[in-house]
Amino acid sequence: MSLAVREALLSFRRTPALSLLSITTIAFALFVVSLFALVALNLRAALADVEERVEVVLYLRRGTPLEAVTVAIDDILAFPEVADVVYVTEETALARAREELREFQDVFDDLQANPLPASFEIRLKPGFRTGRHVEAVAERAAGFRFAEDVRYGGDWIAKLDRLRSIAGAMGLLIGAAFGLASVIIIGTTIRMTVMQRSREIAIMRLVGATTGFIRLPFLLEGALKGALGGLVALALSFGTYAVVSQLLIRGRFFTAGEAALLVVFGTAFGLTASVVSVGRHLRDV
Amino acid sequence: MIKFAKVFKAYPKGVLALRDITFHLSKGEFAFLTGHSGAGKSTVLRLIYAEDIPTEGDVRVSGYATRSLTPRDVPRLRRRLGIVFQDFRLLEHRTAEENVAFALEVTGTRRSVIGPKVARVLAQVGLAAKARAYPHELSGGEQQRVAIARALVNDPFVLLADEPTGNLDERATRGVFQLLRDINANGTAVVMATHDLDLVRQASYRTIELQDGAIVYDSAADAAGAEEAS
Repeated sequence: MSLAVREALLSFRRTPALSLLSITTIAFALFVVSLFALVALNLRAALADVEERVEVVLYLRRGTPLEAVTVAIDDILAFPEVADVVYVTEETALARAREELREFQDVFDDLQANPLPASFEIRLKPGFRTGRHVEAVAERAAGFRFAEDVRYGGDWIAKLDRLRSIAGAMGLLIGAAFGLASVIIIGTTIRMTVMQRSREIAIMRLVGATTGFIRLPFLLEGALKGALGGLVALALSFGTYAVVSQLLIRGRFFTAGEAALLVVFGTAFGLTASVVSVGRHLRDV
Repeated sequence: MIKFAKVFKAYPKGVLALRDITFHLSKGEFAFLTGHSGAGKSTVLRLIYAEDIPTEGDVRVSGYATRSLTPRDVPRLRRRLGIVFQDFRLLEHRTAEENVAFALEVTGTRRSVIGPKVARVLAQVGLAAKARAYPHELSGGEQQRVAIARALVNDPFVLLADEPTGNLDERATRGVFQLLRDINANGTAVVMATHDLDLVRQASYRTIELQDGAIVYDSAADAAGAEEAS
């Protein structure tokens, strides 16, 4: 084992430029993935905030009898998606409007009759606050005979949802492209190291070293490069996050667990790339 | 111990390197493999250390049939063999003792065992004083001694030497050959491929001569035939 560690470290000294290149490409691949992950994470957090406020508002026709309202509340409460229903009378609506729109105080004072309709504010249960469910509830609510109009913020929720999916997909796509580049570069590094050490490897085989023993330094080297790449990516991500937080918008950074995951992912990535290429290249020696 | 039975070896381009080779090498025996370049001497050795497998026939080395070796068996077999070449095959950036220790390191030998073992074999080949020298600081004969020390350090039952004196002057050749004889006297079998007939004549060891991949002379078979005839 100690020989394998020594050989793995020695390879960094023998091919510093190539080693640096491998680490840099892994770092950039992971940096891109982590940036998009950060965007997706922050979008999701923002979305959760918005979703809290998602509700369907059903405006009632003027003169809807109170009995019909009471029955309808029970009906709507029976919808599986619905958490609660608040009945806002015409008077309450006006009072709220006065409260919220003080600058139009004069207009309200001049009113002959209350122009605002009564409404149901229908709040949904967590897990049902997505575009699809909101739309379904709105559609059913619109079916009531006394329904005048239904309003809900479904459109822009769906847009945010799409944005999040696009951010995720872009991150994966660009990350995969960089990932492929690092696989090729790691492969090339390993091929060069194998060729450089072909004499040594041949002697190892002659004196009875197992294939696993010969491969071990290469695998360690790959894992180490992956781990270093992951750390560099983490540092780059934090730098970017710090700048963006200061200049544009405050968001959240990775938790310690998520950061560790990035490094673990880098390690696994470097190791896998090595496993793939070392087997192929060792056969040629 | 080493048994070849009707062995043929063909290389991909249809070149027949060995044809119908049959011989048996006993424990502790010393045998020369002679013949011109390209006669098949190295191929015989390669078949013994399982670098190649026979196209036809059977090669058995210390109980292993090399044709049915699994990838795991190959290193196991090689740890029981010592192999030296004409070009020494030493690692340039390692000292003599590090080169010898390398053979133990790669087989996972404990560090505490490696030091004394390396010192012992270096003394055995007469290089105790040059343990810290790098290959380029040693003469050809000395480099071959380091290679022999490396081959011996795993206590092999047979030492395979492919033209071990091919790159050496006469004095170094004599020294290395004497060393191989001493090793054999201590119980290790030696198979030495050489085209140096002077060496062959110096000792009355078994000689197997190859020509175009076939055995044209085997002193052991000859002796057996002579015994039968009398």
